Amino acid sequence: MGLEYSVPENVVITTRLDEVVNWARKNSLFQYPFVTACCGMEYMATASARYDMARFGAEIPRFSPRQADVMWVVGTVNHKLAPYLKRIYEQIAEPKWVISFGVCASTGGFYDNYATVQGIDKIIPVDVYIPGCPPRPEQVLDGLVKLQEKIELEPWRKYAYEEKKRSRDQAAGPDENPLFQRVK
Amino acid sequence: MAKKLIDLVQTKFADAVVHSHSRLGNDTIVLHREHLVSVMEFLRDDPATKMNFLRDITAVDYHHRVPRFDVVYVLYSMEHKHMLIVRVQLNEEDIDIPSVSQLWGCAGWLEREVYDMYGMNFTNHPDLRRVLLYEEFEGHPLRKDYATQASQPRVELLKPERDSVEEFFHYVKDKDQATGSRAAE
Repeated sequence: MGLEYSVPENVVITTRLDEVVNWARKNSLFQYPFVTACCGMEYMATASARYDMARFGAEIPRFSPRQADVMWVVGTVNHKLAPYLKRIYEQIAEPKWVISFGVCASTGGFYDNYATVQGIDKIIPVDVYIPGCPPRPEQVLDGLVKLQEKIELEPWRKYAYEEKKRSRDQAAGPDENPLFQRVK
Repeated sequence: MAKKLIDLVQTKFADAVVHSHSRLGNDTIVLHREHLVSVMEFLRDDPATKMNFLRDITAVDYHHRVPRFDVVYVLYSMEHKHMLIVRVQLNEEDIDIPSVSQLWGCAGWLEREVYDMYGMNFTNHPDLRRVLLYEEFEGHPLRKDYATQASQPRVELLKPERDSVEEFFHYVKDKDQATGSRAAE
């Protein structure tokens, strides 16, 4: 990038810790793809060479939730599948984010019936919704950048256990505290 | 060819056939429930019919008709290249029907799906369980009196699935709000 030659050698840069942590977090998002339907093809197209999601630091899909940071819920989730989605979400270590990919995951889509969950936000908290049936890769990358912008502005200790415990103890009721909603 | 299969069954099993037709080119016979297995076995084994492929088993809910249900068997012969549709009519109160899983191996799976969606009780079936839905699901969703939006969540939901009760009852035209079943109009 040329940065190495534009600053003098042995230079010390001072910055704020939260900016460094959030910068590192947003540029190394390990993904867990939870792919259930046709949106998966668009996810693969976005991840492969032409659109190249790796440019944004979301390089490697990890097929173990314990190694992942961001969960992509790609496709329709029905009520039979809902407990497994919730369990996999709970297995991801903090900090974790969820992207809802396509209208079926976001709202249920045109499956307005008994079998389909009307949006995965009824089961797990969602950070970014990407509309489309299926969304184009440009939309997907836009959603990823939106998540990066969100991470950049977050308080960096938000996901620590002590922080959650403290805000949970201070809160008057669980409904008033968004952090409690997240761990609930 | 159109009437050949129907005539064959009608001459062989005169008292088994309720009626028959060839509407839209689909040869169809409607059978009494008691004769289903014997007629199916004949259709599979007879050299003139040789129905060695059971394409599908499904059901139809006519809801306000008496008898209410039809169970539909779609038979095909790989050798003679002909197809026959066999139907059995069932009343709502008595939905027992003999299983044909000893005649075709795939019938066990197809009958489980019909049981799952319509609640038919296939007697002599080796393993009659739900195949698509989860075990704790109550009711049979492809019946016309099951409300299409009446979901049965397995996990605790963070918020209600639909914004308002009015939205839900827009689809449920029944006074019985507990079951959400659709009223007879």
